[in-house]
Amino acid sequence: MSRVRVLVGTKKGAFILTSDGKREKWDVSGPHFAGWEMYHLKGSPADPNRIYASQTSGWFGQIIQRSDDGGKTWFQPGTPPGESTKAPDGSPKGESNKFVYDTSLETGAPLTTHQFYDGTQHPWEFKRVWHLEPSLTDPDTVYAGVEDAALFRSANGGKTWEELSGLRGHGTGPQWQPGAGGMCLHTILLDPKNAGRIVIAISAAGAFRSDDAGKTWKPINKGLKSQYIPNPEAEVGHCVHHIAQSALRPELLYMQKHWDVMRSDNAGDSWTEVSGNLPTDFGFVIDVHAHEPETIYVVPIKSDGEHYPLDGKLRVYRSASGGNEWEELTQGLPQSNCFVNVLRDAMAVDSLDKCGVYFGTTGGQVYCSPDAGDTWGPIVRDLPAVYSVEVQTLP
Amino acid sequence: MVRVELPAHLRALAHVKGEVTVEVSGPVSILSVLDALEAKYPMLEGTIRTHGTRQRRPFLRFFACAEDCSLDPPEKPLPEEVASGKEPLLVVGAIAGG
Repeated sequence: MSRVRVLVGTKKGAFILTSDGKREKWDVSGPHFAGWEMYHLKGSPADPNRIYASQTSGWFGQIIQRSDDGGKTWFQPGTPPGESTKAPDGSPKGESNKFVYDTSLETGAPLTTHQFYDGTQHPWEFKRVWHLEPSLTDPDTVYAGVEDAALFRSANGGKTWEELSGLRGHGTGPQWQPGAGGMCLHTILLDPKNAGRIVIAISAAGAFRSDDAGKTWKPINKGLKSQYIPNPEAEVGHCVHHIAQSALRPELLYMQKHWDVMRSDNAGDSWTEVSGNLPTDFGFVIDVHAHEPETIYVVPIKSDGEHYPLDGKLRVYRSASGGNEWEELTQGLPQSNCFVNVLRDAMAVDSLDKCGVYFGTTGGQVYCSPDAGDTWGPIVRDLPAVYSVEVQTLP
Repeated sequence: MVRVELPAHLRALAHVKGEVTVEVSGPVSILSVLDALEAKYPMLEGTIRTHGTRQRRPFLRFFACAEDCSLDPPEKPLPEEVASGKEPLLVVGAIAGG
């Protein structure tokens, strides 16, 4: 029988939740990296036992961790597992946490500033890795979306990282500015049918696409309207919270923007709003059913000033028509006095026959629906605030 | 042999318990001690000093013989008690967060 492994990043460590395909009984391991902020963990589709994790701290900076045994043991890729860290002779350098912006004269020179909160230009300063996206085909290749916004790639299992500087360098970089959570590159989508295509999103710059494996980039924000920026239909500057992609139809994208839920049928060339009858179209997460490209999920949040569900009722909304027509899903979710948030990377789906949907909250709950959203139950209730949730479907 | 006391999170990262010791050739300073520390424990690179600038991370401070030496020039010799191993160099995480 198939199994699922849920990778949970929290404010104070990582947790791994495992179950068989029934998704009724769960084993919980953790906290891994206790006390550290774990922004994101994600497994390699090419080797499910290979998991990458972003471990970060305001005190000690950024660490990249890797597991090659499904999360049982971890190491920094710059230091091979089992090798004594005490031996000065031959010990490789711990470079796995080294993210250095491209400052070369050829490509880096024009990339030195972005717009700051007060409208002035500000130099790029690395802060942390928000999102790790392993290659679909090579376990040693992984992408990292970082704050201040940039995209890095490692081709050696996370040991060293190089910036794909064509993103910051395509021309609009000086117009990017931080959102309330910082200027983060939080979404990385790899196209399973087009190896050269990468879609990323930045808060608050918008969505961008490369069709040549990250060498060159263009903004893909046509159709977005953001009343909170000087030109609501600007080429860049939109606060995109998250984008989800249908694995079956990769050109079909769904976006949860600061306000507005959007869809694109052409890989982001144009977007149309599909908020429809949602009670509020502010939110952070959005995801797509594993087998039904037109079935999508969001968790509406009251407003940009009040980051919790309307009326204290935690409700997932599902659309089976690719947006516009939404139904509320409440069975098993708290319907009174619930004032948690669901952060942008904290929803995921498995690929079992009956698609499972998962999300984590800032209150420390991780909920699972084993029936595509019809019913929900908590896997765990009392973790630290959940930053991210990813799911691996295992044989 | 120079003794260094690390914050708990960095001890966990380096897989050590208690104080660590490093061999320092030449003058014993913040710079030379941290260079030796990172050579012995490469996983600590970037956690005390930022990559690139090699500046002290803002929420960490250095103490020697009960004196805050965080703002001293990195090349400035540390007190003889630290250089001789009688006293440890303390790497201290700021208490912050409210």
